[in-house]
Amino acid sequence: MSKQINVALIGNPNTGKTSVFNALTGLNQQVGNYPGITVEKKEGICKLPRGVKAHIIDLPGTYSLNASSLDESVVIELLLNKNDKDFPDVAVVVSDVENLKRNLLLFTQIKDLEIPCLLVVNMADRMRRKGITLDIGYLEQQLETKIAVISTRKNEGIENLKQQISNYKELSVKPCLNASEIDTEYFNRLQKAFPNQLLYKLWLVITQDVNFGKTDRKDIDAIASFKTKSKGDLKRLQQKETIKRYQFINNVLKRGQTIDITQATDVRTKLDRILTHKIWGYVIFFFILLTIFQAIYDWSSVPMDWIDSSFASLSNWVKETFPGGGKVTDLIAEGIISGLGGIVIFIPQIAFLFLFISILEESGYMSRVVFLMDRIMRRFGLSGKSIVPLISGTACAIPAIMATRNIESWKERLITILVTPFTTCSARLPVYLIIISLVIPEGRILGLSYQALTLMLLYLIGFGAAVGSAWILNKVLKIKSKTFFVVEMPNYKVPLFKNVALTVLEKTKAFIFGAGKIILAISIVLWVLASYGPGEQFNNAENIITEQYAAQDLTEDELQQKIASHKLEHSFIGLTGRAIEPAIRPLGYDWKIGIAIVSSFAAREVFVGTLATIYSVGSDDEETIKNRMAGEVNPILGGPLFNFASGISLLLFYAFAMQCMSTLAIVKKETNSWKWPTYQFVIMTAIAYIVALLSFQFLK
Amino acid sequence: MQHTIVHLKRGEKGVITDVSSELIPLKLLEMGCLPGNFVELVQVAPFSDPLYLNINGSHLAIRKETAIHILIDKIDE
Repeated sequence: MSKQINVALIGNPNTGKTSVFNALTGLNQQVGNYPGITVEKKEGICKLPRGVKAHIIDLPGTYSLNASSLDESVVIELLLNKNDKDFPDVAVVVSDVENLKRNLLLFTQIKDLEIPCLLVVNMADRMRRKGITLDIGYLEQQLETKIAVISTRKNEGIENLKQQISNYKELSVKPCLNASEIDTEYFNRLQKAFPNQLLYKLWLVITQDVNFGKTDRKDIDAIASFKTKSKGDLKRLQQKETIKRYQFINNVLKRGQTIDITQATDVRTKLDRILTHKIWGYVIFFFILLTIFQAIYDWSSVPMDWIDSSFASLSNWVKETFPGGGKVTDLIAEGIISGLGGIVIFIPQIAFLFLFISILEESGYMSRVVFLMDRIMRRFGLSGKSIVPLISGTACAIPAIMATRNIESWKERLITILVTPFTTCSARLPVYLIIISLVIPEGRILGLSYQALTLMLLYLIGFGAAVGSAWILNKVLKIKSKTFFVVEMPNYKVPLFKNVALTVLEKTKAFIFGAGKIILAISIVLWVLASYGPGEQFNNAENIITEQYAAQDLTEDELQQKIASHKLEHSFIGLTGRAIEPAIRPLGYDWKIGIAIVSSFAAREVFVGTLATIYSVGSDDEETIKNRMAGEVNPILGGPLFNFASGISLLLFYAFAMQCMSTLAIVKKETNSWKWPTYQFVIMTAIAYIVALLSFQFLK
Repeated sequence: MQHTIVHLKRGEKGVITDVSSELIPLKLLEMGCLPGNFVELVQVAPFSDPLYLNINGSHLAIRKETAIHILIDKIDE
């Protein structure tokens, strides 16, 4: 037996549970999914005193053991299933010193499950500012537990917490109150029918709709006498139970906690007066968004230029160092390195975007935006909570769609899921950036560059498309669902550097490696398709071109270029592009862009990598993608291929089209049907085609 | 006249007297919205909806449609 114990971190949202997890595990953590569902599973390893290792699992935040969402039911399923490999040896309940009363509700429920239970009081650094003092000895005695007072912000008490976790065997498993008093007769009957089961566990199974160990539920349903309680009766009992628990907690805190209000300084009130103000609240929100886009655009240009030139010289270096490598050297230099360069270059921007999103979340500001936007969003059939998916959708639609789970009404949630892919995700960013830099002039107005403003406009178009289609869906969809809306307004906090840094690192890594695999594979396939072709035109290109231009006095370089481009045109990829060209010519695109669009249906970010591969196959010099694209000529109309009209058309196509297989897969999972992702794909792509067509025809 | 949370003005306080359990989600009760607890209206969004409340020390926002089902006694200061 290895000396490893299972520790589960449980707590209300906004108690700093994840900070505790980060403080305990540092970089020894990984993020995955619970099997079969898309709830994020965070686990890590922590070394405890005396050589004991702890496997720590950071469970989703929940206010109680009465689950109302998939995320919350994960917590209960784990706590009720002793056979789960992650079943905790000790449950660590994380609470926030300012919301102790509410946090203890969950604590008393977990105590009733008779699992060894340790109470962590976090954010102790705020105690003095809020005038709070705790009588730890008294609380430990009343709550039948040990208490660790810590501050993740000041990094205080962490070692002591580890010590206490390692002493888990000394923790009491006695419940701290008797909740069955709410209906003694009923609970007695229940216990008599199942003498070997824990009463509170039975009660949870009866009152929950979630599925924990099907057999338990069936056993209880099989005994008819326990169906005597109607849903309404059960809910009244749950209310009684909640009141009972609060009575106990109030009594305990009356002696165990003193709050001297005269000592309390109230930053929250002052900030809320401005940040949730009827006018200033919206103005500030708008300026925060504006700053984010300006930052993404301006601050990332330096590292991006550096990455761009590094990959260009790396590709060149490979070619010069291994000149005899033939096809293999070509594949590495032109297929793989250009393809990867096309994705690595966007790391700075993606990291900045996640940096801002995680700061907004961590500081508590995001809840204020939910509050401000709810009424407006509701007009479009959305919820104020839809603002979080719509904003995180600017990073990636996949986590954004998963973030819709806390929207209570199914109709509002479905509409949010369906429209979120319109928001400008980070995979669109590479496409936008390169095209904007080609077709939008440099220059500034009021200190803001035209290019940054165009980018902001594209984000607004995405947002507008999402909201507009939500409005239509709200009229069209006939779904009746109960709506209620509760959102916690957490305290304002200065975001912890460690939390923000870990989020940025983890999300950027997921993006790069997730997308990187697809991009690498597609780059290789494209390179092969571009390097081989059927028939005389491809295989005999040298002779055909030499003869054709024999009369003209071409330099060797010019001749080589003509040959290369003739070859590309008659390669497999060229033929494919030619085949679809009639469909996309009215949008202002040539067959090369056509190929890039087709490969984008695997994932949008492939666009740039694809063009990189196609163009560097077409020529041998070290021009980077952008310069290469600027030099492309429209074969029919003459003039640059990427001009204002075709550029705008392309931008709009990418703004509306549904080009992400992973998103479709998530939508299928979350709506549990192929119907919604199919609608999404067909309708979004049709809109994209029509809008791109109209814009090119008007602007050309 | 029977008051509900909707009748509070910004900054005013009350004590919850009754919540209709059929119409109020359990989650709200668990966050402290129970008879006997105090409630303060911290802020209102435009069109008085949603309402930003301090209930028993928990800060949360709910919609007007929910708030009309929470009966209170106003506290005059």
